[in-house]
Amino acid sequence: MNREIAVVAFAQTDHRRTSDESSEVEMLMPVLHEVLARTGLKTADIGFTCSGSSDYLAGRAFSFTLALDGVGAWPPISESHVEMDGAWALYEAWVKLQTGDADTALVYSYGKSSPGSVRDVLTRQLDPYYVAPLWPDSVALAALQAQALIDTGRADEPALAAVGARSRADAETNPHAQLRGSVSQGEYLVRPLRTGDCPPIGDGAAAVILAAGERARDLCERPAWIRGIDHRIEAHGIGVRDLTDSPSTRLAAERAGAFERPVDTAELHAPFSSQEIVLREALRLDDGVRVNPSGGALAANPVMAAGLIRIGESAARIHRGESDRALAHATSGPCLQQNLVAVLEGDPR
Amino acid sequence: MSAVLKAPLTVEFPFTRSLGPVQSAFLTGLRERVILGVRTGDGRTLVPPVEYDPVTAEEIRDLVEVAPTGTVTTWAWNHAPRRGQPLATPFAWILVRLDGADTALLHALDAPGPDAVHTGMRVRVRWAGERTGAITDIACFEPYDGERAEPAGHSGEFTDAVTGIVAPARLDYTYSPGRATTGYLHALAGRRMVGERCPSCRKVYVPPRGACPTCGVATAEQVEVGPGGTVTTFCIVNIKAKNLDIEVPYVYAHIALDGADLALHGRIAGIPYDQVRMGLRVEPVWTEGGRYPDHYRPTGEPDTAYDTYKELL
Ligand SMILES: [Zn+2]
Repeated sequence: MNREIAVVAFAQTDHRRTSDESSEVEMLMPVLHEVLARTGLKTADIGFTCSGSSDYLAGRAFSFTLALDGVGAWPPISESHVEMDGAWALYEAWVKLQTGDADTALVYSYGKSSPGSVRDVLTRQLDPYYVAPLWPDSVALAALQAQALIDTGRADEPALAAVGARSRADAETNPHAQLRGSVSQGEYLVRPLRTGDCPPIGDGAAAVILAAGERARDLCERPAWIRGIDHRIEAHGIGVRDLTDSPSTRLAAERAGAFERPVDTAELHAPFSSQEIVLREALRLDDGVRVNPSGGALAANPVMAAGLIRIGESAARIHRGESDRALAHATSGPCLQQNLVAVLEGDPR
Repeated sequence: MSAVLKAPLTVEFPFTRSLGPVQSAFLTGLRERVILGVRTGDGRTLVPPVEYDPVTAEEIRDLVEVAPTGTVTTWAWNHAPRRGQPLATPFAWILVRLDGADTALLHALDAPGPDAVHTGMRVRVRWAGERTGAITDIACFEPYDGERAEPAGHSGEFTDAVTGIVAPARLDYTYSPGRATTGYLHALAGRRMVGERCPSCRKVYVPPRGACPTCGVATAEQVEVGPGGTVTTFCIVNIKAKNLDIEVPYVYAHIALDGADLALHGRIAGIPYDQVRMGLRVEPVWTEGGRYPDHYRPTGEPDTAYDTYKELL
């Protein structure tokens, strides 16, 4: 646990409602080329490659093996895949670099939600005995969480709307975002959540390069050092949990060292407005912290990539000198079931 | 640039799942209109019950009956029910803590509208008419202002317990194959075989997938290949596939079309199955209105020398 590892490059697609004209690998490939070009590395220079995606999104079996066509996996590369958000692929790559087996890693993820109905697709990740047969869609489950939060008095519908409005206003300066500027709060999708409280549905991809020690300094002017990274999961039964708190986020943050010193920036993976409020409290972020300057998942939510993008956006701000210490968060499962927290820092300027 | 192709795609499968002892008792109980929870080491009652304590991971087996009445702990109004959900008319999703339980169950509440629902309201189970041992044996919940029902203290032992469930799953997609495959399919509809050449290693891929898997770069240059080709390797199929009207045995082969650097596969016909061989020259056979070759047949040309196709095996 003492090897210094940094995010040295980040790239993402423009996230759009549909990408009919491209297959998954056609959508992903330009991002892979861009992230490699930022470091001058070629596929053959990369020590380990890890990706995150789900075949259920586009209904294309083994799409992650087809996506490898875009990497150029010959001669054979050291490679792995998680059926999760790419943030967890990054975690696996970070562990691989910690072992000393590799000095560089390419991490990518992609999601093409447009061919299917993502609200229904996500029901297939639920408990197959007691929950999935009822087909509770992702918005319905988030709405139960939002109502529980409102019942505590810690938020009301205008407070939720403000989260969405701020996110899309911030996304004005993010050319990759799908929803930007003034977006109507809309009608109830599942009450109390309105369309404005929910993420846009769309397609996109992202990629990150990790490097260890001096290699990171060679590849990047100001590497975003991963000072700590951890992920924690809660019980799968949502009726067992307190949906208005996120103890797994808090614990992951603690283990990642997030509470040792304040951060200046936080990129939170909160696909629903109510979840940002829960996360802010769990992470004890005060008003001094810049939350989701990219616009977050409420501005672009390519499923399976949106968590990795939080890490990438945090790192990119450090690369550009806009942040010195940032917290990146990714979530997986219904109602913030599983959470990953990474703390990134730039060298003193 | 040809128009984007789209086609409906349905992915449908019944999952057959076996149950652990606690799940079996709970779902059998629902069939018998009994709701069971499970007691944890620290004395809490979990409904729905699980096999292992979510906090300590301890195996838990101590079943206890709870009431069919309870209290809503949170809710969400669903004005547009989706396929497979418990009610076809607008309803509230609820988490409900049944009387006697310490945790909440997810289900649907049949209520006239959102104004009739609030956290803390009292509800009771509405049983399904036909029950099989599944979570859907609870049709839904309904508002209830009567007395708290008292459980009868069921032991959790049943004759004829359910040991598994069949959970059908269906997802619908509108599939589009992407740029390279779209070009391939359009050409195929005109009975032409068009691959794409890698700008780096110059290999021609048929069917093209948009990227050279060796170089990791986009392919773009279209190259017409075939129609003739060479059998590089083959197998003899002896098992009849479901819904497939082809007599067995038949031959399925890898075929390197002339000009292609990757073999595609297809069925070989027009020759006895035991006479198909590596190096056999074949050509596609199209049926009336077919968008792709039905099969490949021998051309009668001399066999191709092994050295010329050994790299394509
Ligand atoms: Zn190539």
